[in-house]
Amino acid sequence: MSDPGEYLIALAGNPNCGKTTLFNAITGAHQHVGNYPGITVEKKLGYCQAKGNRLQLVDLPGTYSLTAYSLEELVARDFLVKDRPRTVINIVDASNLERNLYLTVQLLELGIPILVALNMVDMATSRGIDINWEELGRRLQVPILPTVARTGKGKEELLDAAVDLAVENPSWKPLHISYGPDIDPVLDRMEREITAANFLTEFLPARWTALKYLEADEEVIRNGKETDFRLSLRLEQYAEEVTQHLQQTLDSYPEAIIADHRYGFISALLREGVVKHAHKADRLFLSDQIDRVLTNRFFGPVIMLLILYVVYTFTFRYSKVPVGWMEAGFSALGGFADSMLSEGPLKSLVISGVIDGVGGVLGFVPLIVFMFLAIAFLEDTGYLARVAYMLDRVFRTFGLHGSSVMAYIISGGIAGGCAVPGVLATRTLRSPRERLATLLTAPFMNCGAKLPVFAMLIAAFFSAREAQVMFLLTILSWIIALLMAKLIRSTILRGPSTPFLLELPPYRLPTFKGLLIHTWERTWQYIRKAGTTILAISILFWAMMSFPGLPEVDRAIYEQERASILAEAPGDVRPYLEGAGTPADSVKREVETYRERMREVDFEQAQAALRNSIAGRMGTGLARVTQFLGFDWRTNVALVSGFAAKEIIISTMGTAYSLGHSKRGEEIPLSERLSKDPSWNPLKAFSLIVFIMLYAPCLATITCIIKESGAWKWGLFSLSFNTVAASIASLVVYQGGRWLGLG
Amino acid sequence: MPIIPLRNMTKGQKGIIHRVKASGELGRRIRDMGLIAGTPFQVRGRAPLQDPVAIRIRNFTLTLRNNESDFIEVEVDEDI
Repeated sequence: MSDPGEYLIALAGNPNCGKTTLFNAITGAHQHVGNYPGITVEKKLGYCQAKGNRLQLVDLPGTYSLTAYSLEELVARDFLVKDRPRTVINIVDASNLERNLYLTVQLLELGIPILVALNMVDMATSRGIDINWEELGRRLQVPILPTVARTGKGKEELLDAAVDLAVENPSWKPLHISYGPDIDPVLDRMEREITAANFLTEFLPARWTALKYLEADEEVIRNGKETDFRLSLRLEQYAEEVTQHLQQTLDSYPEAIIADHRYGFISALLREGVVKHAHKADRLFLSDQIDRVLTNRFFGPVIMLLILYVVYTFTFRYSKVPVGWMEAGFSALGGFADSMLSEGPLKSLVISGVIDGVGGVLGFVPLIVFMFLAIAFLEDTGYLARVAYMLDRVFRTFGLHGSSVMAYIISGGIAGGCAVPGVLATRTLRSPRERLATLLTAPFMNCGAKLPVFAMLIAAFFSAREAQVMFLLTILSWIIALLMAKLIRSTILRGPSTPFLLELPPYRLPTFKGLLIHTWERTWQYIRKAGTTILAISILFWAMMSFPGLPEVDRAIYEQERASILAEAPGDVRPYLEGAGTPADSVKREVETYRERMREVDFEQAQAALRNSIAGRMGTGLARVTQFLGFDWRTNVALVSGFAAKEIIISTMGTAYSLGHSKRGEEIPLSERLSKDPSWNPLKAFSLIVFIMLYAPCLATITCIIKESGAWKWGLFSLSFNTVAASIASLVVYQGGRWLGLG
Repeated sequence: MPIIPLRNMTKGQKGIIHRVKASGELGRRIRDMGLIAGTPFQVRGRAPLQDPVAIRIRNFTLTLRNNESDFIEVEVDEDI
């Protein structure tokens, strides 16, 4: 900002006013999404040129007001007073002028230089709203320019005007509104005392501070107390006196009176022909007609289920193709490394640690891209608000919000989802407690990686009732997730529900460009922020599964066994066992028999190595506790490995049962092995299924929980809370079942 | 004109906001959305489970939960 010709400009406006569309139209691809330090509100930065100047644009979070109640509002307010942008472009929805101007009035009260972009004037015109914006600008004494963000109409003129204002660099001139005979005198007095004491005046206009004291703004009062405790107390005293007086005379509060006068000021602005409505207020526009069907008592829920199902199918079915490419690519890379590197820990690190780790990070990318596309579409069209409206009653019962449904479904509410995009999908939720409760419980859903494990166990023990068991598991995961949400919301996240008051914006067709930018920015953020952590932890897991390795003595024993098999083999078979050549038909069967024996030794060695690894020792140690759940060390080590990624459970179990590394989709041998094993029974299998459904989310999900909640503690909470919950559930299932004589 | 809480209004009924009884965050949110004494509005419908309620006010559609609409007193034209 210090460089001549480079200016910081902020975009402020209500949610749904087209602010982000305008931001995209202005900055295009020259933008960057980050977070405000320490919190999860998105910070969008972009650059553009106008009149030979370089402009740095900040898209502030959409807010209706500048109070201190939500993070979004605090962030927007803090940015304005601390970063002091030269100019604020206030985007105002022309067809919803009164409520949008409420924020404008508050910006004017703050005194920061603003200009108004009267957006979506085309929509207003089509709704029969005629605005004399030149006159409105004269009355507000700020430049007003009509824009249509969707088409980019008016954006050059807007930027030129913003540059003019930035160059002119007027000082902050707070707007003085009359708040009536009860407020005005005391406000004047407070303003005088604040000015005289230079109280907070470095950042805040004196009158604004006084107003915030009257509005009982916690943030300003806290800052005030730290700056000048005695003056702050006196100001609170004034506010208290006014409050008592208003309570006795009008049964009202200062903040209510202030809001009344702001709206009164707006009505006065729009009077005498500034705004003309061609239609009556209760006219049904196209959007209202659509709502009569889409939120209808009967058709609404039916259509909603259909749309949610389509979103789900879109996300998971169509991402399968690129996911397949990724898997093929990484397995080719693994094969290449396999042929290039010699046997040893380095090879294992490269293939099982790094390549599988990077594959694990990038494997989610197609899913995330499709999920963000689908959600951005629903959000930008306005349908997501209708989903929240229709489902709020259900989810509120459990301390959640109507919008929580999206995260649940993506996470596997329809079996086969994924908790990583599910956790990211909670970004559409603006109520902090509800959002946190949603992202902590979404991983209870049956994601696509748990399904093959369930399928393997069901095939082994419940093969007659496959469909019924899968359906039961889906229902069970919903019930448990909702009950857990209720538990979390009535204990650690206790507190009243955040006010709902949700706007149903008119249905709009999203812009393609907007959808792409939205999706790309968030996906890239995932790769950058979550990716590195996931990679690091997966390498750690590789080490846990591989070290310390078998002692030399044991390895020698297996070498010995292989050597003796080789020695046993007849002379015409041996060369094929040592080399890789194709055996002649005459000895084919015999070669196969010997190869099988050699493989068995390999598998036994792999099993012994796994048992001796850190993870294996953990599994063995835990067996003392987990026997009450019905799990032995083999199951335990598989569960430990499943923390890296649930789909690994099967291959680890395969190794633990000396079946070799079964690749994905080859769960049949393990399934047969378990069904024949006398130490297994259907009760143990069901206990294991319940455990896998509920226990610690995979590390990718935990990483996303940490990034999305902004705190490590929630990741650790999720890890321990879910595992404890799973243990209790499995204990009940296993011991209860045994008591009933089932296993 | 009779004064009733917003919760008791029926679909299609019109009214004028008489008073918002809520203070604190809820009161602030309600007022931020332009629900100020003297503002006319119309009930546009209810969600499939009868809660929340959708109203048309100041040219936009706002939904609020029944337990939030309890705090809003409305002057209705006549009993319907």
